[in-house]
Amino acid sequence: MALTRDDVQRAARLARIAIDEREADEVLGQLGRIFGMIEQMQAVDVSGVEPMSHAQEVTLRLREDAVTEPDQHALFQAIAPKVGEGLYLVPKVIE
Amino acid sequence: MHHSSLKSLSDALTAGDISSVELTGLFLKRINERNAVYNCFVSIDEERSLAQAREADLARAAGRAQALTGIPIAQKDIFCAKGWLTTCGSKMLSNFVSPYDAHVVERFNEAGAVTIGKTNMDEFAMGSSNETSWYGPVRNPWNTDAVPGGSSGGSAAAVAARLAPAATGTDTGGSIRQPAALTGICGLKPTYGVCSRYGMIAFASSLDQAGPMARSAEDMALMMNAMAGYDARDSTSLDRPVEDYTRELATPLKGLRIGLPKEFFADGLQPDVAKAVDEAIRQYRALGCEVVEVTLPNMKLSVPVYYVLAPAEASSNLARFDGVRYGYRTSEYRGLEEMYEKTRAEGFGAEVKRRILIGTYVLSHGYYDAYYIRAQKLRRLIAQDFIAAFDKCDVIMGPTSPSTAFRLGEKAADPLQMYLSDIYTIAVNLAGLPGMSIPCGFDSQGLPVGLQVIGNYFREAQMLQVAHQYQLATDFHLRAPSDINA
Repeated sequence: MALTRDDVQRAARLARIAIDEREADEVLGQLGRIFGMIEQMQAVDVSGVEPMSHAQEVTLRLREDAVTEPDQHALFQAIAPKVGEGLYLVPKVIE
Repeated sequence: MHHSSLKSLSDALTAGDISSVELTGLFLKRINERNAVYNCFVSIDEERSLAQAREADLARAAGRAQALTGIPIAQKDIFCAKGWLTTCGSKMLSNFVSPYDAHVVERFNEAGAVTIGKTNMDEFAMGSSNETSWYGPVRNPWNTDAVPGGSSGGSAAAVAARLAPAATGTDTGGSIRQPAALTGICGLKPTYGVCSRYGMIAFASSLDQAGPMARSAEDMALMMNAMAGYDARDSTSLDRPVEDYTRELATPLKGLRIGLPKEFFADGLQPDVAKAVDEAIRQYRALGCEVVEVTLPNMKLSVPVYYVLAPAEASSNLARFDGVRYGYRTSEYRGLEEMYEKTRAEGFGAEVKRRILIGTYVLSHGYYDAYYIRAQKLRRLIAQDFIAAFDKCDVIMGPTSPSTAFRLGEKAADPLQMYLSDIYTIAVNLAGLPGMSIPCGFDSQGLPVGLQVIGNYFREAQMLQVAHQYQLATDFHLRAPSDINA
Protein backbone atom coordinates (compact mmCIF):
# COMPACT_ATOMS: atom_id res chain seq x y z
CA MET A 1 0.00 0.00 0.00
CA ALA A 2 1.36 3.39 -0.94
CA LEU A 3 2.04 5.92 1.77
CA THR A 4 0.27 9.29 1.40
CA ARG A 5 1.00 12.78 2.63
CA ASP A 6 -1.95 12.35 5.03
CA ASP A 7 -0.23 9.32 6.57
CA VAL A 8 2.92 11.34 7.15
CA GLN A 9 1.01 14.23 8.66
CA ARG A 10 -0.99 11.88 10.87
CA ALA A 11 2.19 10.21 12.15
CA ALA A 12 3.78 13.62 12.76
CA ARG A 13 0.69 14.69 14.68
CA LEU A 14 0.79 11.51 16.82
CA ALA A 15 4.52 12.03 17.42
CA ARG A 16 4.02 15.70 18.32
CA ILE A 17 6.43 16.97 15.70
CA ALA A 18 5.43 20.11 13.81
CA ILE A 19 5.74 19.52 10.07
CA ASP A 20 4.71 21.78 7.18
CA GLU A 21 3.49 20.62 3.78
CA ARG A 22 6.84 21.02 2.06
CA GLU A 23 8.58 18.93 4.72
CA ALA A 24 5.78 16.36 4.64
CA ASP A 25 6.26 15.92 0.89
CA GLU A 26 10.01 15.55 1.26
CA VAL A 27 9.64 12.98 4.05
CA LEU A 28 6.97 11.18 2.06
CA GLY A 29 9.42 10.52 -0.77
CA GLN A 30 12.04 9.13 1.62
CA LEU A 31 9.61 7.06 3.66
CA GLY A 32 8.09 5.69 0.46
CA ARG A 33 11.42 4.17 -0.50
CA ILE A 34 12.09 2.89 3.03
CA PHE A 35 8.67 1.22 3.21
CA GLY A 36 9.35 -0.25 -0.24
CA MET A 37 12.35 -2.01 1.32
CA ILE A 38 10.32 -2.98 4.41
CA GLU A 39 7.73 -4.66 2.13
CA GLN A 40 10.22 -7.55 1.68
CA MET A 41 8.89 -8.77 5.02
CA GLN A 42 5.54 -9.64 3.47
CA ALA A 43 7.05 -12.35 1.24
CA VAL A 44 7.80 -14.74 4.10
CA ASP A 45 5.32 -17.13 5.70
CA VAL A 46 5.35 -16.46 9.44
CA SER A 47 2.32 -18.53 10.43
CA GLY A 48 2.91 -20.39 13.68
CA VAL A 49 5.96 -18.29 14.62
CA GLU A 50 5.87 -16.69 18.06
CA PRO A 51 6.80 -12.97 18.04
CA MET A 52 10.23 -12.34 19.62
CA SER A 53 10.07 -9.20 21.69
CA HIS A 54 13.39 -9.62 23.42
CA ALA A 55 16.84 -11.05 22.91
CA GLN A 56 16.79 -13.10 26.10
CA GLU A 57 13.88 -15.06 27.49
CA VAL A 58 13.75 -13.06 30.69
CA THR A 59 10.86 -12.43 33.01
CA LEU A 60 10.69 -9.15 34.83
CA ARG A 61 12.09 -9.29 38.32
CA LEU A 62 10.07 -8.37 41.38
CA ARG A 63 11.58 -6.42 44.23
CA GLU A 64 10.57 -5.45 47.72
CA ASP A 65 8.14 -2.52 47.74
CA ALA A 66 10.59 -0.25 49.54
CA VAL A 67 11.81 3.30 49.02
CA THR A 68 15.22 3.08 47.37
CA GLU A 69 15.65 6.58 45.91
CA PRO A 70 16.51 9.62 48.00
CA ASP A 71 14.62 12.86 47.29
CA GLN A 72 16.69 14.63 44.62
CA HIS A 73 14.02 16.84 43.08
CA ALA A 74 16.07 20.02 43.53
CA LEU A 75 19.01 18.44 41.66
CA PHE A 76 16.81 17.18 38.84
CA GLN A 77 14.78 20.37 38.55
CA ALA A 78 17.94 22.47 38.35
CA ILE A 79 18.24 21.38 34.69
CA ALA A 80 14.58 21.85 33.75
CA PRO A 81 13.59 24.58 31.28
CA LYS A 82 11.05 26.16 33.65
CA VAL A 83 10.19 25.37 37.28
CA GLY A 84 8.43 27.10 40.15
CA GLU A 85 7.73 26.01 43.73
CA GLY A 86 9.06 22.54 43.01
CA LEU A 87 6.82 22.08 39.97
CA TYR A 88 7.61 21.84 36.27
CA LEU A 89 5.93 24.77 34.52
CA VAL A 90 4.12 24.39 31.18
CA PRO A 91 1.55 26.57 29.41
CA LYS A 92 -1.92 26.48 30.90
CA VAL A 93 -3.99 23.53 29.60
CA ILE A 94 -7.34 24.11 31.34
CA GLU A 95 -8.82 27.60 31.38
CA MET B 1 53.19 6.72 25.01
CA HIS B 2 50.02 7.38 22.95
CA HIS B 3 50.64 4.19 20.93
CA SER B 4 50.77 2.07 24.09
CA SER B 5 48.18 -0.56 24.95
CA LEU B 6 46.11 -0.34 28.13
CA LYS B 7 48.22 -3.16 29.53
CA SER B 8 51.52 -1.35 28.93
CA LEU B 9 50.10 1.96 30.22
CA SER B 10 49.03 0.11 33.33
CA ASP B 11 52.52 -1.38 33.66
CA ALA B 12 54.12 2.07 33.19
CA LEU B 13 51.88 3.52 35.91
CA THR B 14 52.70 0.61 38.23
CA ALA B 15 56.44 1.01 37.59
CA GLY B 16 56.17 4.73 38.32
CA ASP B 17 57.49 5.66 34.87
CA ILE B 18 54.59 8.07 34.50
CA SER B 19 51.78 9.35 36.73
CA SER B 20 48.12 9.43 35.76
CA VAL B 21 48.23 13.25 35.89
CA GLU B 22 51.07 13.22 33.33
CA LEU B 23 49.38 10.62 31.16
CA THR B 24 46.05 12.46 31.26
CA GLY B 25 47.84 15.72 30.45
CA LEU B 26 49.54 14.08 27.49
CA PHE B 27 46.25 12.93 25.97
CA LEU B 28 44.53 16.27 26.72
CA LYS B 29 47.37 17.99 24.87
CA ARG B 30 46.93 15.70 21.87
CA ILE B 31 43.19 16.37 21.90
CA ASN B 32 43.75 20.13 22.04
CA GLU B 33 46.14 19.95 19.11
CA ARG B 34 44.19 17.61 16.87
CA ASN B 35 40.50 17.54 17.71
CA ALA B 36 39.78 20.41 15.33
CA VAL B 37 40.79 18.10 12.46
CA TYR B 38 38.73 15.04 13.43
CA ASN B 39 35.94 16.54 15.57
CA CYS B 40 35.82 13.36 17.64
CA PHE B 41 35.22 15.02 21.01
CA VAL B 42 32.07 16.97 21.83
CA SER B 43 33.22 17.95 25.30
CA ILE B 44 36.46 18.13 27.19
CA ASP B 45 36.71 19.11 30.85
CA GLU B 46 40.40 19.31 31.73
CA GLU B 47 39.84 20.14 35.40
CA ARG B 48 37.46 17.26 35.93
CA SER B 49 39.74 14.78 34.12
CA LEU B 50 42.85 15.94 35.98
CA ALA B 51 41.01 15.73 39.32
CA GLN B 52 40.20 12.09 38.55
CA ALA B 53 43.84 11.54 37.56
CA ARG B 54 45.06 13.00 40.87
CA GLU B 55 42.70 10.69 42.74
CA ALA B 56 44.00 7.75 40.72
CA ASP B 57 47.60 8.63 41.60
CA LEU B 58 46.64 8.81 45.28
CA ALA B 59 44.86 5.45 45.07
CA ARG B 60 47.92 3.93 43.44
CA ALA B 61 50.23 5.40 46.11
CA ALA B 62 47.94 3.91 48.74
CA GLY B 63 48.22 0.47 47.14
CA ARG B 64 44.63 0.46 45.85
CA ALA B 65 45.37 0.36 42.11
CA GLN B 66 43.36 -1.88 39.78
CA ALA B 67 44.05 -2.73 36.13
CA LEU B 68 42.61 0.52 34.74
CA THR B 69 43.50 2.89 37.57
CA GLY B 70 44.75 6.17 36.15
CA ILE B 71 44.12 5.27 32.50
CA PRO B 72 42.21 7.78 30.36
CA ILE B 73 39.07 6.41 28.70
CA ALA B 74 36.82 8.38 26.33
CA GLN B 75 33.08 8.02 26.88
CA LYS B 76 30.61 8.08 24.02
CA ASP B 77 28.31 11.05 24.59
CA ILE B 78 25.33 8.69 24.94
CA PHE B 79 26.46 7.82 28.48
CA CYS B 80 25.28 10.10 31.27
CA ALA B 81 28.25 11.25 33.34
CA LYS B 82 27.60 13.36 36.40
CA GLY B 83 28.57 17.00 35.88
CA TRP B 84 29.39 16.42 32.20
CA LEU B 85 27.48 17.84 29.29
CA THR B 86 25.73 14.76 27.85
CA THR B 87 24.24 15.60 24.45
CA CYS B 88 23.75 12.30 22.59
CA GLY B 89 24.79 14.29 19.52
CA SER B 90 21.54 16.26 19.59
CA LYS B 91 20.44 19.87 19.84
CA MET B 92 17.67 18.44 22.04
CA LEU B 93 20.22 17.73 24.80
CA SER B 94 22.73 20.47 23.92
CA ASN B 95 22.23 22.01 27.40
CA PHE B 96 21.89 18.77 29.37
CA VAL B 97 24.43 18.43 32.19
CA SER B 98 23.75 15.00 33.60
CA PRO B 99 22.86 14.86 37.30
CA TYR B 100 23.92 11.21 37.54
CA ASP B 101 26.29 8.56 36.17
CA ALA B 102 25.40 5.72 33.84
CA HIS B 103 26.20 2.30 35.28
CA VAL B 104 29.02 1.86 32.74
CA VAL B 105 30.52 5.23 33.75
CA GLU B 106 30.12 4.33 37.41
CA ARG B 107 32.00 1.08 36.79
CA PHE B 108 34.91 2.88 35.08
CA ASN B 109 35.00 5.40 37.93
CA GLU B 110 35.13 2.57 40.46
CA ALA B 111 37.95 1.00 38.46
CA GLY B 112 39.90 4.24 38.81
CA ALA B 113 39.82 5.15 35.11
CA VAL B 114 39.91 8.80 34.03
CA THR B 115 37.16 10.18 31.79
CA ILE B 116 39.17 12.04 29.14
CA GLY B 117 36.15 13.48 27.32
CA LYS B 118 32.82 12.77 25.67
CA THR B 119 32.88 11.63 22.07
CA ASN B 120 30.84 12.75 19.09
CA MET B 121 28.21 10.42 17.67
CA ASP B 122 25.29 10.25 15.27
CA GLU B 123 22.29 11.97 16.82
CA PHE B 124 20.67 9.58 19.32
CA ALA B 125 22.90 6.86 17.79
CA MET B 126 20.87 6.91 14.57
CA GLY B 127 23.33 6.76 11.71
CA SER B 128 26.22 4.86 10.18
CA SER B 129 28.55 7.73 9.26
CA ASN B 130 28.52 10.19 12.17
CA GLU B 131 27.05 12.77 9.79
CA THR B 132 23.74 13.15 11.68
CA SER B 133 25.42 14.68 14.76
CA TRP B 134 24.28 18.19 15.66
CA TYR B 135 27.97 18.84 16.40
CA GLY B 136 29.03 18.14 12.84
CA PRO B 137 30.60 15.10 11.21
CA VAL B 138 33.64 13.25 12.53
CA ARG B 139 36.48 12.69 10.07
CA ASN B 140 38.26 9.39 9.59
CA PRO B 141 41.92 9.61 10.70
CA TRP B 142 42.92 7.35 7.77
CA ASN B 143 41.49 9.83 5.27
CA THR B 144 39.84 13.01 6.46
CA ASP B 145 37.54 13.09 3.41
CA ALA B 146 36.04 9.80 4.57
CA VAL B 147 33.53 9.05 7.32
CA PRO B 148 34.58 7.12 10.43
CA GLY B 149 31.33 5.12 10.42
CA GLY B 150 28.71 5.43 13.09
CA SER B 151 27.10 5.83 15.35
CA SER B 152 30.13 5.53 17.67
CA GLY B 153 32.24 7.45 15.13
CA GLY B 154 33.81 9.86 17.62
CA SER B 155 34.97 7.02 19.87
CA ALA B 156 36.38 5.10 16.90
CA ALA B 157 38.21 8.10 15.44
CA ALA B 158 39.58 9.10 18.87
CA VAL B 159 41.12 5.66 19.37
CA ALA B 160 42.39 5.44 15.78
CA ALA B 161 43.96 8.92 16.01
CA ARG B 162 45.54 8.02 19.36
CA LEU B 163 43.63 10.80 21.15
CA ALA B 164 42.46 8.23 23.70
CA PRO B 165 43.86 4.78 24.48
CA ALA B 166 40.34 3.32 24.46
CA ALA B 167 36.71 4.38 24.41
CA THR B 168 33.21 3.16 25.07
CA GLY B 169 30.61 2.67 22.38
CA THR B 170 27.06 1.43 22.00
CA ASP B 171 25.69 -0.84 19.32
CA THR B 172 22.02 -1.12 18.32
CA GLY B 173 22.52 -2.29 14.73
CA GLY B 174 26.31 -2.14 14.27
CA SER B 175 27.28 1.15 15.91
CA ILE B 176 30.38 -0.27 17.62
CA ARG B 177 31.49 -2.78 14.97
CA GLN B 178 31.03 -0.75 11.78
CA PRO B 179 33.00 2.34 12.96
CA ALA B 180 35.66 0.03 14.45
CA ALA B 181 36.01 -1.60 11.02
CA LEU B 182 36.12 1.71 9.15
CA THR B 183 38.81 3.17 11.43
CA GLY B 184 41.01 0.09 11.83
CA ILE B 185 40.38 -0.53 15.53
CA CYS B 186 38.67 -3.26 17.58
CA GLY B 187 35.12 -3.13 18.90
CA LEU B 188 32.98 -5.60 20.80
CA LYS B 189 29.23 -5.64 21.23
CA PRO B 190 28.56 -8.05 24.10
CA THR B 191 25.57 -10.36 24.45
CA TYR B 192 22.43 -8.34 25.10
CA GLY B 193 22.07 -7.87 28.87
CA VAL B 194 25.77 -8.16 29.81
CA CYS B 195 26.35 -4.39 30.26
CA SER B 196 23.69 -2.34 32.00
CA ARG B 197 21.73 0.19 29.97
CA TYR B 198 21.14 2.39 33.02
CA GLY B 199 22.08 5.95 32.15
CA MET B 200 22.75 5.06 28.52
CA ILE B 201 20.35 7.22 26.54
CA ALA B 202 17.86 4.81 24.97
CA PHE B 203 17.43 4.32 21.23
CA ALA B 204 15.92 0.82 20.74
CA SER B 205 15.87 -0.81 24.14
CA SER B 206 15.58 -4.43 23.04
CA LEU B 207 18.73 -4.04 20.90
CA ASP B 208 20.96 -1.39 22.58
CA GLN B 209 24.15 -2.71 24.17
CA ALA B 210 27.32 -1.01 25.41
CA GLY B 211 30.79 -2.29 24.63
CA PRO B 212 34.50 -1.50 24.45
CA MET B 213 36.40 0.10 21.54
CA ALA B 214 40.17 -0.26 21.73
CA ARG B 215 43.22 -1.18 19.72
CA SER B 216 43.57 -4.83 20.74
CA ALA B 217 41.57 -7.77 22.03
CA GLU B 218 43.57 -7.76 25.23
CA ASP B 219 42.60 -4.12 25.89
CA MET B 220 38.95 -4.91 25.21
CA ALA B 221 39.10 -7.79 27.70
CA LEU B 222 40.41 -5.42 30.38
CA MET B 223 37.59 -2.97 29.61
CA MET B 224 34.97 -5.73 29.70
CA ASN B 225 36.18 -6.68 33.18
CA ALA B 226 35.24 -3.16 34.26
CA MET B 227 32.06 -2.63 32.17
CA ALA B 228 30.16 -5.89 32.43
CA GLY B 229 28.02 -6.84 35.35
CA TYR B 230 24.60 -6.99 36.87
CA ASP B 231 22.68 -3.83 37.68
CA ALA B 232 19.23 -3.97 39.25
CA ARG B 233 18.33 -0.58 37.72
CA ASP B 234 18.21 -2.08 34.21
CA SER B 235 15.34 -4.58 34.07
CA THR B 236 17.10 -6.47 31.26
CA SER B 237 20.50 -6.64 32.97
CA LEU B 238 21.42 -10.29 33.47
CA ASP B 239 22.40 -11.56 36.89
CA ARG B 240 25.28 -13.87 36.01
CA PRO B 241 28.51 -14.89 37.75
CA VAL B 242 31.33 -12.34 37.33
CA GLU B 243 33.70 -13.30 34.52
CA ASP B 244 37.37 -12.61 33.88
CA TYR B 245 37.34 -11.79 30.18
CA THR B 246 41.11 -12.25 29.91
CA ARG B 247 41.01 -15.87 31.06
CA GLU B 248 41.03 -17.50 27.61
CA LEU B 249 43.32 -15.06 25.77
CA ALA B 250 46.43 -17.23 25.95
CA THR B 251 44.76 -20.48 24.87
CA PRO B 252 45.74 -21.61 21.33
CA LEU B 253 42.93 -21.94 18.78
CA LYS B 254 43.66 -25.47 17.56
CA GLY B 255 40.41 -27.25 16.73
CA LEU B 256 38.22 -24.13 16.78
CA ARG B 257 35.38 -24.44 14.25
CA ILE B 258 34.74 -21.30 12.22
CA GLY B 259 31.41 -21.03 10.43
CA LEU B 260 31.32 -19.05 7.18
CA PRO B 261 27.78 -18.09 6.14
CA LYS B 262 27.55 -17.88 2.37
CA GLU B 263 25.11 -14.97 2.80
CA PHE B 264 28.04 -12.86 4.06
CA PHE B 265 29.90 -13.15 0.77
CA ALA B 266 27.11 -12.29 -1.66
CA ASP B 267 26.62 -9.44 -4.12
CA GLY B 268 27.48 -5.94 -3.02
CA LEU B 269 30.64 -6.86 -1.11
CA GLN B 270 33.61 -4.69 -2.08
CA PRO B 271 36.25 -7.03 -3.64
CA ASP B 272 39.08 -5.62 -1.45
CA VAL B 273 37.02 -6.39 1.64
CA ALA B 274 36.29 -9.95 0.47
CA LYS B 275 39.99 -10.46 -0.22
CA ALA B 276 41.12 -9.25 3.22
CA VAL B 277 38.50 -11.42 4.95
CA ASP B 278 39.55 -14.47 2.89
CA GLU B 279 43.14 -13.80 3.88
CA ALA B 280 42.16 -13.65 7.56
CA ILE B 281 40.35 -17.00 7.24
CA ARG B 282 43.53 -18.47 5.70
CA GLN B 283 45.45 -17.16 8.71
CA TYR B 284 42.96 -18.84 11.05
CA ARG B 285 43.39 -22.14 9.19
CA ALA B 286 47.13 -21.76 9.72
CA LEU B 287 46.42 -21.35 13.43
CA GLY B 288 44.74 -24.76 13.44
CA CYS B 289 41.10 -23.75 12.97
CA GLU B 290 38.63 -25.77 10.97
CA VAL B 291 36.31 -23.96 8.54
CA VAL B 292 32.73 -25.11 7.95
CA GLU B 293 30.01 -23.64 5.78
CA VAL B 294 26.87 -22.49 7.56
CA THR B 295 23.76 -20.76 6.33
CA LEU B 296 21.66 -17.89 7.65
CA PRO B 297 18.78 -17.95 5.13
CA ASN B 298 16.71 -15.24 6.83
CA MET B 299 19.57 -12.79 7.29
CA LYS B 300 18.48 -10.88 4.17
CA LEU B 301 15.38 -9.84 6.10
CA SER B 302 17.35 -8.29 8.93
CA VAL B 303 17.47 -4.78 7.43
CA PRO B 304 13.68 -4.51 6.86
CA VAL B 305 12.95 -6.12 10.25
CA TYR B 306 15.36 -3.76 11.98
CA TYR B 307 13.86 -0.68 10.28
CA VAL B 308 10.48 -1.60 11.74
CA LEU B 309 11.54 -2.64 15.25
CA ALA B 310 14.24 -0.06 15.98
CA PRO B 311 12.16 2.98 14.87
CA ALA B 312 9.13 1.58 16.73
CA GLU B 313 11.11 1.38 19.96
CA ALA B 314 12.75 4.74 19.25
CA SER B 315 9.43 6.50 18.72
CA SER B 316 8.42 5.37 22.18
CA ASN B 317 11.77 6.08 23.88
CA LEU B 318 12.16 9.53 22.37
CA ALA B 319 8.68 10.59 23.48
CA ARG B 320 10.37 11.70 26.71
CA PHE B 321 11.98 14.69 24.98
CA ASP B 322 9.15 17.16 25.36
CA GLY B 323 10.83 20.32 26.62
CA VAL B 324 9.35 19.92 30.11
CA ARG B 325 11.86 18.26 32.43
CA TYR B 326 15.26 18.75 30.77
CA GLY B 327 16.89 19.62 27.48
CA TYR B 328 15.84 22.04 24.80
CA ARG B 329 12.55 23.97 24.83
CA THR B 330 11.40 26.15 21.94
CA SER B 331 11.42 29.86 22.68
CA GLU B 332 7.96 30.87 21.48
CA TYR B 333 4.72 28.95 21.93
CA ARG B 334 1.09 29.67 22.62
CA GLY B 335 -0.09 26.45 24.26
CA LEU B 336 1.18 23.09 25.51
CA GLU B 337 0.61 21.24 22.22
CA GLU B 338 2.48 23.86 20.25
CA MET B 339 5.29 23.81 22.80
CA TYR B 340 5.71 20.04 22.32
CA GLU B 341 5.47 20.17 18.55
CA LYS B 342 7.87 23.07 18.06
CA THR B 343 10.34 21.80 20.68
CA ARG B 344 10.53 18.43 18.92
CA ALA B 345 10.56 19.89 15.40
CA GLU B 346 13.47 22.19 16.31
CA GLY B 347 15.32 19.88 18.73
CA PHE B 348 15.55 16.76 16.55
CA GLY B 349 17.49 16.47 13.31
CA ALA B 350 16.13 15.05 10.04
CA GLU B 351 17.21 11.41 10.54
CA VAL B 352 15.82 11.22 14.07
CA LYS B 353 12.50 12.69 12.92
CA ARG B 354 12.39 10.24 10.02
CA ARG B 355 12.81 7.30 12.37
CA ILE B 356 10.27 8.61 14.88
CA LEU B 357 7.76 8.94 12.02
CA ILE B 358 8.47 5.41 10.75
CA GLY B 359 8.07 4.06 14.27
CA THR B 360 4.90 6.00 14.96
CA TYR B 361 3.40 4.81 11.68
CA VAL B 362 4.19 1.10 12.17
CA LEU B 363 2.77 1.18 15.69
CA SER B 364 -0.37 3.10 14.72
CA HIS B 365 -3.85 1.63 14.59
CA GLY B 366 -4.34 -0.73 11.67
CA TYR B 367 -0.64 -1.28 10.91
CA TYR B 368 0.62 -2.82 14.14
CA ASP B 369 0.11 -6.47 13.10
CA ALA B 370 1.27 -6.05 9.51
CA TYR B 371 4.52 -4.37 10.50
CA TYR B 372 5.46 -4.63 14.15
CA ILE B 373 4.20 -8.13 15.01
CA ARG B 374 5.37 -9.53 11.67
CA ALA B 375 8.81 -8.04 12.24
CA GLN B 376 8.96 -9.64 15.69
CA LYS B 377 8.11 -13.03 14.17
CA LEU B 378 10.82 -12.63 11.55
CA ARG B 379 13.21 -11.62 14.31
CA ARG B 380 12.70 -15.07 15.81
CA LEU B 381 13.43 -16.78 12.48
CA ILE B 382 16.66 -14.75 12.16
CA ALA B 383 17.71 -15.71 15.71
CA GLN B 384 16.88 -19.40 15.06
CA ASP B 385 19.17 -19.41 12.03
CA PHE B 386 22.08 -18.44 14.28
CA ILE B 387 21.17 -21.05 16.88
CA ALA B 388 21.18 -23.72 14.16
CA ALA B 389 24.50 -22.45 12.77
CA PHE B 390 26.13 -22.64 16.21
CA ASP B 391 25.39 -26.39 16.27
CA LYS B 392 28.07 -26.70 13.60
CA CYS B 393 30.63 -24.11 14.67
CA ASP B 394 32.08 -22.19 17.63
CA VAL B 395 32.26 -18.74 16.02
CA ILE B 396 30.92 -17.22 12.81
CA MET B 397 33.12 -14.99 10.67
CA GLY B 398 32.58 -12.61 7.79
CA PRO B 399 33.04 -8.97 6.85
CA THR B 400 31.85 -6.31 9.31
CA SER B 401 30.86 -3.85 6.61
CA PRO B 402 30.27 -4.35 2.87
CA SER B 403 32.73 -1.55 2.08
CA THR B 404 35.60 0.37 3.59
CA ALA B 405 35.07 3.98 4.74
CA PHE B 406 32.98 5.92 2.23
CA ARG B 407 33.34 9.63 1.47
CA LEU B 408 31.65 12.29 3.59
CA GLY B 409 28.37 13.18 1.93
CA GLU B 410 28.38 10.11 -0.31
CA LYS B 411 25.36 8.46 1.33
CA ALA B 412 24.01 11.33 3.43
CA ALA B 413 21.25 12.22 0.96
CA ASP B 414 20.02 8.65 0.60
CA PRO B 415 18.84 7.08 3.89
CA LEU B 416 18.27 3.70 2.25
CA GLN B 417 21.88 3.43 1.03
CA MET B 418 23.05 4.38 4.50
CA TYR B 419 20.86 1.71 6.12
CA LEU B 420 22.35 -0.98 3.89
CA SER B 421 25.86 -0.28 5.22
CA ASP B 422 24.81 -2.23 8.34
CA ILE B 423 23.67 -5.26 6.39
CA TYR B 424 26.16 -7.64 8.09
CA THR B 425 25.84 -6.34 11.63
CA ILE B 426 22.11 -5.87 12.26
CA ALA B 427 21.14 -9.57 12.47
CA VAL B 428 23.50 -9.99 15.44
CA ASN B 429 21.58 -7.37 17.45
CA LEU B 430 18.23 -8.90 16.50
CA ALA B 431 19.46 -12.27 17.81
CA GLY B 432 21.03 -10.65 20.90
CA LEU B 433 24.36 -12.36 20.19
CA PRO B 434 27.82 -10.93 20.85
CA GLY B 435 29.64 -9.53 17.81
CA MET B 436 33.09 -8.06 17.31
CA SER B 437 35.14 -6.35 14.63
CA ILE B 438 38.94 -6.55 14.40
CA PRO B 439 41.24 -5.06 11.76
CA CYS B 440 42.28 -7.61 9.11
CA GLY B 441 43.77 -5.64 6.21
CA PHE B 442 43.48 -2.65 3.91
CA ASP B 443 41.83 -1.81 0.61
CA SER B 444 43.70 -0.44 -2.42
CA GLN B 445 43.27 3.11 -1.04
CA GLY B 446 44.91 2.14 2.25
CA LEU B 447 41.64 2.20 4.20
CA PRO B 448 41.19 -0.44 6.91
CA VAL B 449 39.01 -3.56 6.59
CA GLY B 450 37.25 -5.16 9.56
CA LEU B 451 36.71 -8.86 10.20
CA GLN B 452 33.49 -9.60 12.03
CA VAL B 453 33.49 -12.40 14.59
CA ILE B 454 30.13 -13.49 15.98
CA GLY B 455 30.12 -15.67 19.07
CA ASN B 456 27.50 -17.76 20.77
CA TYR B 457 25.59 -16.24 23.69
CA PHE B 458 27.93 -15.26 26.56
CA ARG B 459 31.06 -16.45 24.75
CA GLU B 460 32.79 -13.06 24.75
CA ALA B 461 35.87 -14.54 26.46
CA GLN B 462 36.24 -17.04 23.62
CA MET B 463 35.76 -14.31 20.98
CA LEU B 464 38.49 -12.25 22.64
CA GLN B 465 40.73 -15.32 22.57
CA VAL B 466 39.96 -15.72 18.85
CA ALA B 467 40.95 -12.09 18.27
CA HIS B 468 44.01 -12.16 20.53
CA GLN B 469 45.50 -15.28 18.95
CA TYR B 470 45.09 -13.65 15.51
CA GLN B 471 46.71 -10.46 16.81
CA LEU B 472 49.70 -12.46 18.09
CA ALA B 473 50.22 -13.69 14.52
CA THR B 474 49.43 -10.46 12.60
CA ASP B 475 50.07 -6.74 13.04
CA PHE B 476 47.04 -5.04 11.43
CA HIS B 477 45.87 -3.85 14.85
CA LEU B 478 49.20 -2.07 15.42
CA ARG B 479 49.07 -0.01 12.21
CA ALA B 480 48.29 3.68 12.64
CA PRO B 481 47.17 6.32 10.14
CA SER B 482 50.23 7.92 8.52
CA ASP B 483 49.77 11.40 9.98
CA ILE B 484 49.62 10.06 13.55
CA ASN B 485 53.27 10.75 14.31
CA ALA B 486 55.31 9.69 17.30
